[in-house]
Amino acid sequence: MFSIVKNWKLFFAITVTFLVVGLGSILFRGFNLGIDFTGGGIMDLSFNRAVTVSEVRDVLKEHNLGNSIIQLENVDGEQSSKGVLIRTGVIEETQRREVMTDLKNKLGDFQIQRVEQVGATIGGELITQAVMAIVLSWVLMIAYITMRFEFKFALAAIIALIVDVLVTLSYFSLLHMEIDSSFVAALLTVVGYSINGTIVIFDRIREALKTHRRNESLGDMVDNCIWSTMTRTCYTVGTSLFAVVSIFLWGGETIHNFSFAMLVGFSSGAYTSVFLAGPLWLMLRGKLNA
Amino acid sequence: MRWNELGKFLIIALAIIGGFCVYIQPLSNSIKQGLDLQGGTHVVLQAVDTPEMKVDDDAVNRSVKIIERRVNELGLTEPVIQRQGKDRIIVELPGVKDPEKAIAMLGRTAMLHFQDQYGNVVLSGSDLKDARAQISQGNQAVVGLEFNSVGADKFADLTAKNIGKQIAIVLDGEVLTAPVVQEAITGGRAQISGSRSIEDAERLAILLRSGSLPVKIEILENRTVGPTLGQDSKDKSIKAFGIGIAGVFIFMILFYRLSGIVADIALLLYVMLLLLAMRYLGATLTLPGIAGIILSIGMAVDANVLIFERFKEEIRRGRTLRSAMDAGFSRAFVTIFDSNVTTLMAAAILFYLGTGPIKGFAVTLALGVVLSMFTAITVTKYMLRFLIYSNFTKNPWIFGVAAPKAESAKEVSK
Repeated sequence: MFSIVKNWKLFFAITVTFLVVGLGSILFRGFNLGIDFTGGGIMDLSFNRAVTVSEVRDVLKEHNLGNSIIQLENVDGEQSSKGVLIRTGVIEETQRREVMTDLKNKLGDFQIQRVEQVGATIGGELITQAVMAIVLSWVLMIAYITMRFEFKFALAAIIALIVDVLVTLSYFSLLHMEIDSSFVAALLTVVGYSINGTIVIFDRIREALKTHRRNESLGDMVDNCIWSTMTRTCYTVGTSLFAVVSIFLWGGETIHNFSFAMLVGFSSGAYTSVFLAGPLWLMLRGKLNA
Repeated sequence: MRWNELGKFLIIALAIIGGFCVYIQPLSNSIKQGLDLQGGTHVVLQAVDTPEMKVDDDAVNRSVKIIERRVNELGLTEPVIQRQGKDRIIVELPGVKDPEKAIAMLGRTAMLHFQDQYGNVVLSGSDLKDARAQISQGNQAVVGLEFNSVGADKFADLTAKNIGKQIAIVLDGEVLTAPVVQEAITGGRAQISGSRSIEDAERLAILLRSGSLPVKIEILENRTVGPTLGQDSKDKSIKAFGIGIAGVFIFMILFYRLSGIVADIALLLYVMLLLLAMRYLGATLTLPGIAGIILSIGMAVDANVLIFERFKEEIRRGRTLRSAMDAGFSRAFVTIFDSNVTTLMAAAILFYLGTGPIKGFAVTLALGVVLSMFTAITVTKYMLRFLIYSNFTKNPWIFGVAAPKAESAKEVSK
């Protein structure tokens, strides 16, 4: 049987590498924050005729919005499309309405697919709220696990969770994927779900501690606990990931980033539960041999 | 062989499968859908201070009432008007046909003035009794006004004093119409011409009927999903849902055989109970909420996997099917309970801090965790117990457990 505990250095190293790359990207590349956070406007319109980017930009220029991002939908080498996505900075509701009236007058009628417009103040509040939510979830879980297990289990589990959240954030920074308010929900789901894997293993350790004999090292015991829950881990992670992948692949554009965050977070959660949480607990007890 | 026990199992199983086939469609259609699925507009309004009027509690409450009147006139099904915090109002307009015009209407102050040619305000919106859109004799869309008794006197006075002169009807500083008075009007009625269409006139009439807002209202946030995108999201999420669930079902049968089938039947019951609970609580189904359901199915499966794995372990230790099953359930329960409580915590936080679709997601996730504990543990347990107690087989393979001998042989070879 492969010993996870004895090879802890390898797994710690993998984690640290991921975190260094991720944190580096977060520091130097930053995030692609959506309008939920930064404020701004999105107009997703489908025109009755195909329009080009420059046509749309000409109209926007008249409203001092020439630097907006304009994307055409479903273009395969075509220069024009009926579907247009316009992203502007923070604008007033009245200004947006004027722009849309102008677009209608100059480029013909369209149907509104989606319009989003968020003021700058709301964005700032959302960041505070998101950070509060995540930290609050950690505090509550530390309290609960301390109550049901003991403090060192709680600490090890939360460190594993922090890694999961950081890894998910890293991916979004590295791939420059847009972060919106549903991302916060995805992160909290990752927190709520990934903790399960760790709890299942810690539950085994808690049970094994009762019948633990002196002649078996604590490290071997943890290894046994991890391996005896391995089938469960594989099956559960397998089915959950299958469900998430199916949302990712077929759930449509609107929910793409949301499911991607869960995909990354769940994978990381499986890794940290199996390879990190146990050794971390041993380390906190001072029983991890160098 | 005990037919009695087997019969109980079959009745429960068939009842669940039959109920699922018959009720799933009407049940899922009866749940309120979020704006992201049915299309509609979500607007956050903020009351702001102006030099003339400071925002206070009473002003915001009155604004909510007035906006409520305006929205109700739009004739939508189940619009939402909610005060949020100190100075914000949330408005949700599901399935609104012309979101742009509706939004423009929500935040308008709608302060109506009648002025003489020197700009003196003689009458205001509070002197009105009613306002209706009409077609005038000249086939023009107009708004017919009816004054209350005070207003009628004032208007008679205004027109009597200004014969041959121009008066102006002004809304929020913008002149709507400026007719020249022909004669004194004493009937307490007047008309505002200048509307481009009967719809325009209708909107103006609604604004005048509902009264003017006591404070300035700004639009802080607007999210509109068109009906096409909503339908598209719905179709796609149903497809993703189907594929995800089918995968999970097949997986359970492949790995746990008869136990897997039992777990799948319990999952069917779970989906029905979840939808029923959402309907009963008036919860809204949103796009992230559907993801929440798929996820909670994954977690319901986790409970069964934990139980069945324990069950397998107990069989390998040489227990009989009956005692292994009881031990599996009771031991796995603690694990499932602890891990689900932590997930519930995350859902609770989402509920308190989230808004709109996120709140919907939190509700679905939390309901899912609680209900899945019931179906995956209790329901599965009783169904399996009936099966095992019916003594129709003693072969653990049927229940997804490799025969103990083969397993121990593997251990030795290691």
